[in-house]
Amino acid sequence: MNATRIFLGDRLGAGRGNRSDPGRTGAPDAADERAARRRRRRANKSPWRSPLAVTGLVIIGVFLVAAVFASVISPEDPLAQKWPKYQAPSAEHWFGTDQLGRDILSRVIHGTRVSLPLALLLVVLAMVIGTVLGAVAGYFGGWIDMVVMRCADLVLAFPAIILAMAVVAALGPNLTNAVLAVVVVSWPTYARVVRGLVLSLRQSDFVQADRLLGASGWRVLAVDLRPNLAGPVAVLAALDLGNAVLLLSGLSFLGLGAQPPAAEWGAMVNAGSANFDAWWVAVFPGAAILLSVLAFNFLGDTLRDALDPRTARAIRG
Amino acid sequence: MSTSSADTGVDRGTSRPGSAPVKGAAPGRGTASAKRRSHPFARFVLVRLGVGVLLCLGITILAFGLTHAVPGDPVAANLGQRALNDPAAVAAFKAKNGLDDSLPSQYWTYLTNLLHGDMGTSQQTHRPVWDDLGDKIPASLELALAAIVLALVIGVGLGIVAAVTRGRWPDRIIRVVSLAGVSVPVFWLAQVAFYVFSFKLGWIQAGGRLSPGAIPPDDITGLYTVDSLLTGEWGTFGEAFSRMVLPACVLAAFNIGVLTRFTRAAVLEALGNDYVRAARAKGLPESTVIRRHALRPALTSILTVAGLTFGGMLAGTVLVENVLSWPGLGQYAYKSALNLDLPSIMGVCLFVAVVYVVINLLVDLLYGVIDPRIRLS
Amino acid sequence: MNDTISARAGGPLLDIRDLVVELPGPDGTPLRALDGVNLTVERGEIVGLAGESGSGKTMTALALLGLLPQGGTARGEMRVEGRDVLSMTPRQVRDLRGNKVAMVFQDPMTSLHPMLSVGKQLTEHLRHHKKLGKKAANARAAELLATVRIPDPEQALKRYPHQFSGGMRQRIAIAVALACDPDLLLADEPTTALDVTVQAGILRLLDRLRRENGLSVLIITHDLGVMSALADRVSVMYAGRIAETGPRAEVLRTPRHPYTRGLLDALPHPGAGTTALLPIPGSPPKLGLAPSGCAFHPRCPFAVDACAGDRPELLPLTEAHATACPVDPLADRTSPETETTEAGAR
Repeated sequence: MNATRIFLGDRLGAGRGNRSDPGRTGAPDAADERAARRRRRRANKSPWRSPLAVTGLVIIGVFLVAAVFASVISPEDPLAQKWPKYQAPSAEHWFGTDQLGRDILSRVIHGTRVSLPLALLLVVLAMVIGTVLGAVAGYFGGWIDMVVMRCADLVLAFPAIILAMAVVAALGPNLTNAVLAVVVVSWPTYARVVRGLVLSLRQSDFVQADRLLGASGWRVLAVDLRPNLAGPVAVLAALDLGNAVLLLSGLSFLGLGAQPPAAEWGAMVNAGSANFDAWWVAVFPGAAILLSVLAFNFLGDTLRDALDPRTARAIRG
Repeated sequence: MSTSSADTGVDRGTSRPGSAPVKGAAPGRGTASAKRRSHPFARFVLVRLGVGVLLCLGITILAFGLTHAVPGDPVAANLGQRALNDPAAVAAFKAKNGLDDSLPSQYWTYLTNLLHGDMGTSQQTHRPVWDDLGDKIPASLELALAAIVLALVIGVGLGIVAAVTRGRWPDRIIRVVSLAGVSVPVFWLAQVAFYVFSFKLGWIQAGGRLSPGAIPPDDITGLYTVDSLLTGEWGTFGEAFSRMVLPACVLAAFNIGVLTRFTRAAVLEALGNDYVRAARAKGLPESTVIRRHALRPALTSILTVAGLTFGGMLAGTVLVENVLSWPGLGQYAYKSALNLDLPSIMGVCLFVAVVYVVINLLVDLLYGVIDPRIRLS
Repeated sequence: MNDTISARAGGPLLDIRDLVVELPGPDGTPLRALDGVNLTVERGEIVGLAGESGSGKTMTALALLGLLPQGGTARGEMRVEGRDVLSMTPRQVRDLRGNKVAMVFQDPMTSLHPMLSVGKQLTEHLRHHKKLGKKAANARAAELLATVRIPDPEQALKRYPHQFSGGMRQRIAIAVALACDPDLLLADEPTTALDVTVQAGILRLLDRLRRENGLSVLIITHDLGVMSALADRVSVMYAGRIAETGPRAEVLRTPRHPYTRGLLDALPHPGAGTTALLPIPGSPPKLGLAPSGCAFHPRCPFAVDACAGDRPELLPLTEAHATACPVDPLADRTSPETETTEAGAR
């Protein structure tokens, strides 16, 4: 299901941008009014003033602090099995203990060290791969474009989690392969959006001017296009971070990612399904996933509003 | 974004103008389409069909490639370690899949096998993958259908409300709710929902399609709710229906979020059109303006999302099916992945990808129904 | 029939007084889009409302229909047949829209719904306002299409806007506006998006409708050529205010406001030989950024220091002709443009 999210965004993006927009041909009066409205709207929505974005930032900040100082702030060793099993939350163990008598609070705190850096890493990987491929495809066109975009289409034809499962099944279940699998299913989103942006930017005056001055294709890509791609790609990445956390923890939940005894949120939720009386085993790590994904989405969603509407539409989702 | 094809307004991703070689993609259609070739919409559909066929071919290549990219022996990967000790089985497998031939000819063998409905044998069940899929598909289909209906009704409804009340408190609340919907880990939501509604409150039965030991209705469509209605087994229907409520709701949650956000954006975009202002200037009630003038153009993009969502749901049920023991494709795929049962998981992949292609084609056809510019131009 | 209503209501069909419209600015503070607009339209009269983009012409029409952009507010008086639109309930305003007061929008390519058949768009408000059955509404719709000279009206009902040319679409849009037999038609740049040859046809159509049906038209345009062809009276707007108003012939032949004069000088005159076109220097002020005093003074060739001080009121020159400029550009020369051209030539 997070799968749909990933390929939805850009499937639509690619389409929406292509669709003719009758509202855009309006004559001066209406166009002026529209432009003014747009300016006003954008000025109104500085992302840093939105309560959603601030909430998201604060949550992410808290999680980052927890990740950096995990060993300092967590009350116990996340792997130590020295307490009775399935103890309900108490003053001693705020989140209770799990099936092996480990302190769940400590495990949730240490879980930030698994989920957040890996999510960040794989989003950066997917972003770089997707952006480069998309930019090259869009700028040079021809057979490169053809090959890259057909590959993207192929990947997008599979729901992400199934394809990721297939990759993990082929390569063997561990966290590295899970990350690899998520990268494999994530890059086409970036490639699609970036290709579209490059295609439209290529026609623009400043790129044409630079080309006339004799700039090489790579120079145009690096100098003229990069700044224009940075914003949309950053927003896309912010939105994708949440997906990455979901997908990765989903794979771990299924036992295809992090392996025991690692303190990984998805795997911890899975441990909770063994004993429904001990609700705390699953609830707290799951809540940590929900909170972190929500924070990324709050941020990404607000950032997208700050983009100009045409670009925002390309990465809606 | 692309500046081309703006006038048709229908190019959506899987094919870009001129990039897919379409001629010959639909063999045997020459005579049938001779008359229709003049009709742009028919041609448009044929082009999409051709792209779909090509995509399916690509998917088989990908599946084939993945199977062969497995580190180690494909015989071991496909037959399992135990069978390796049986030279006869190994030889038979090699002969059937032409493993001693060159890669292209191996692919050809694979493809012809596939076209004959032979997707290999599952290592867990020792049955043909095709038969396994046949058993699992109806369960997932039933669940996905229920969930998509739920998600469409709630998601589109919320999206419209959000668009109409844009910037005011209902919009803000819906925004947070829909963001929460796309942020919640389904496997956790399924567990929590089961704990609260089934385990603690006991309001609703969950786990499996029917209670253990119950006899499923006669196999007509494979969908228990439909079959039990057709055969008039009311008790079974109640049972099947109530057991579907929890997984369907959980599965819908994420998609409600997605659909809400898309609907809101699409309706807002439509509301900004001159023709909506013109409709208001005609003095029509606001409800008519929204329903007839704004929702209709928004419907095309809502439909696209719904189609993709459905395709994703069929396999995206993996997590939900596992938590709530729903014996469908997702659970099957999961077990296959865990056992490194490649033929089975590739079978699921192929099926899902074909569904994706078919759904896209249906969505394209529906575009024509909704938008006269595509149908008639 | 119109006469009896007119006699009963008394006064003009449309009477706008001191209309002030404010739109929310970027930081939420209201910005004045219209600042004390006065405008009347008599029955069977065609009144032109001229001015550059952003001068508030369209906003006036939208305010009358209660269709201001979100957050926009209107104050003052807008009477249709003596009833003030601003004190009506939303429901009453809706009953007015499309029924008594109808609007034709600028761009027929975007103002007709691309996914609804022409017949649907012609009949939906007809059925709503006049409670007609489907059959009766369709008959009326075919009749309307014939009125606006669409060939084969019966067939046209089943077709969609994209199957018609731009000129045809504007005729359809006019037919849509006329469906409920309105007393007042607001035509917002009805010919701007069209070819010149098509324009003439649309203008003739409006004139015929006025003559045959006693329709009143408020025609909004930046094109004084359209005005001179059609309007009985003309009001010129600048930065949300009326700069000059009067009978067409007086305003266009002896313009008293430098802005009107500037607009006229910017028009090509087919008979005038090689006279250069004179654009007005600068551009109209942005919303909320109108300069003090007369908003036009920074662009005005006749401006004196006093123009930046108090805002000039609309002062009557003759019974019907009024201008918001105390300076008389005609005082001692025949035409200012000759002088400026000569200055430019030297």
